[in-house]
Amino acid sequence: MARTVAAFKVDYFQFLDPDGKLIDEHKAPPLAKDFSRLTELYRRMVLTRVFDKKAVALQRTGKLGTYASCLGHEAAHVAIGSAMQPQDCFAPMYREYGVQFCRGVKMTDVLLYWGGDERGSDYAGAPHDFAWSVPIATQCLHAAGAALAYKLRGEKRVAVSVVGDGGSSKGDFLEAINAGSAWKLPLVLVIVNNQWAISVPRSKQNSAATLAQKGIAGGLPSIQVDGNDLIASLWAMEKAIAAAREGHGSFVIELMTYRISDHTTADDARRYRPNDEVEDAWRKEPIARLRSYLTDQGAWDEEREQALLEECARKVQKAADDYLDTVTNDPQPVTAMFDYMFAELPHDLVEQRACAERFPEDGGHH
Amino acid sequence: MAEITLIEGVTMALARAMEEDASVIILGEDVGVNGGVFRATAGLQARFGDERVLDTPLAEVMIAGMSVGLAAQGMKPVAEAQFCGFTMPMVDQIMCHAGRMRNRTRGRLSCPMVLRFPSGGGIHAPEHHSESPEALFAHMPGIRVVIPSSPSRAYGLLLAAIRDPDPVVFMEPKRIYRWQREEVEDDGEELPLDVCFTLRDGSDLTLVTWGAMIKETLEAADALEKEGVSTEVIDVATVSPLDMETIIESVSRTGRCVIVQEAPRHCGLASEIAAGLADAGIWSLLAPVKRVCGYDTVMPLYRNELKYMPSVRRILDAASQVLEVS
Repeated sequence: MARTVAAFKVDYFQFLDPDGKLIDEHKAPPLAKDFSRLTELYRRMVLTRVFDKKAVALQRTGKLGTYASCLGHEAAHVAIGSAMQPQDCFAPMYREYGVQFCRGVKMTDVLLYWGGDERGSDYAGAPHDFAWSVPIATQCLHAAGAALAYKLRGEKRVAVSVVGDGGSSKGDFLEAINAGSAWKLPLVLVIVNNQWAISVPRSKQNSAATLAQKGIAGGLPSIQVDGNDLIASLWAMEKAIAAAREGHGSFVIELMTYRISDHTTADDARRYRPNDEVEDAWRKEPIARLRSYLTDQGAWDEEREQALLEECARKVQKAADDYLDTVTNDPQPVTAMFDYMFAELPHDLVEQRACAERFPEDGGHH
Repeated sequence: MAEITLIEGVTMALARAMEEDASVIILGEDVGVNGGVFRATAGLQARFGDERVLDTPLAEVMIAGMSVGLAAQGMKPVAEAQFCGFTMPMVDQIMCHAGRMRNRTRGRLSCPMVLRFPSGGGIHAPEHHSESPEALFAHMPGIRVVIPSSPSRAYGLLLAAIRDPDPVVFMEPKRIYRWQREEVEDDGEELPLDVCFTLRDGSDLTLVTWGAMIKETLEAADALEKEGVSTEVIDVATVSPLDMETIIESVSRTGRCVIVQEAPRHCGLASEIAAGLADAGIWSLLAPVKRVCGYDTVMPLYRNELKYMPSVRRILDAASQVLEVS
């Protein structure tokens, strides 16, 4: 005879519908009426989008290498970044600029990195955050290790990592869940589910109803949230981070969004996904949704919108100019590839560094 | 002063490092209550507590990846992989993150971790327990690879590896874990990384090796000495970066060199040493450089494993070939 030894459910949270209407005035968190904060976060989302558009343009005009766009992820990213405190630690994948701008990473850092210059990962504004992690999901374990370090030292700090829907299939992600569960680490793992892992749709990763339930399988409280709803995303992130900080262990949050852009500028998503799906995603995208809500509430108007767009364009242009100025007038010397390999350069690298110095112009630069 | 084995040298160094630096922690499978399957961490959890000697879930990628995260955030993790064959899932984290952390963040973050594991064959172990993957790790930029071959070098080199500000892969030759006893003082004195150790001086032939093959190589040197061949024996110890200077200096006096390596020959460390001799030592050479290696096969199951590994007779055979050339 069978009896149920464990039963699970996954809750989905959404406060703002795709038209920017509060679904239930009474159930919305107080944040929904904090218009000074919401407009500030809206400004960050818009800045992120303006930056993203500029970065793509720089790539298209040959001034930037391959770039991974974050178009459509702005609410998810700004929610993660603004829920964190400075002493917390972020372990990103490679398109979370909205999070990173909240953390103090500069737009020029992002451009330098994708522009092929290591100095882009030297975040003066977020000195202990991890740099972008290209091998998928590996960063989840760095966050788990960071969380363990904080826990062992008794520091009230939380490590946050982001993985995609594709990355949730990787062992590193599942091992990070296990680590968080085994040691009750101050760790929040966020699946930014944008429906596409390059050309492979979410449905082909697995047949589970949600990706959040992978956290439940590992023993972590896990929820799914509308990642295009800034209010829900921020509410969920703040709740999880506060609980992790207070010693309640690790959490998994699946933020549902959509990668409106190509995977990177080297990709052409028209090859593998229908246009009507993208058009539908535009109807649900986060910035118009929040703007509509703020406008309805009398907290935003066209005049402020125009002023914001101009301000963002100015800031982004300045960052682009600074980036181009740096790589043109202050390029990394050939020796830069050697100088941070070790705390002290071993003898074989001393010899190879001297060789590189003898041929500083060889190979030129792009 | 106690006479200890190589593995006791490992344990003594771990305890010493934990004593002197609160940021040193140990993590791995069965390292806690059980003290490790070879007892390298025996007694350490009882002494330092379960927050500093952590039994991990059975997940090698977790051990490596969390060590990267711990190290980048101010801890000094000494991770144990239970056997060499189980380090393969860790390669992604070691190569793609540990070895790159300092460089890619321009020194903002670093990765002072040690990954230590028993390596090599000869103990009748099951499959995937007997490989010698030093060349694999030595090929990774940003990673030091260190292999001790005596109790005192296990103690001194492991202390140096733990104190080093960059990632070190520390491969322990398990076949000689308990082969020799040696008086080693627990004085906290480290031995230098990045240099070879000349174990025996000689003027006719240089034998170069590392790890457990030190045993057969010293036996071969004994046999050669009896025949009147003055044989120099070099323990490479740090296989990356490689101290070619000591090897070339030795060969400049002997003119003849045999390199002994347990791992498969193709693209192994012996080939790198031979290439270094061809480059900077060629005018001293009186005879071809010979490599005596494991075969380029899968490590056989235990009934044949000793036939796979270089024997004293194979080393002597190679030595006689290079000594014949006049």
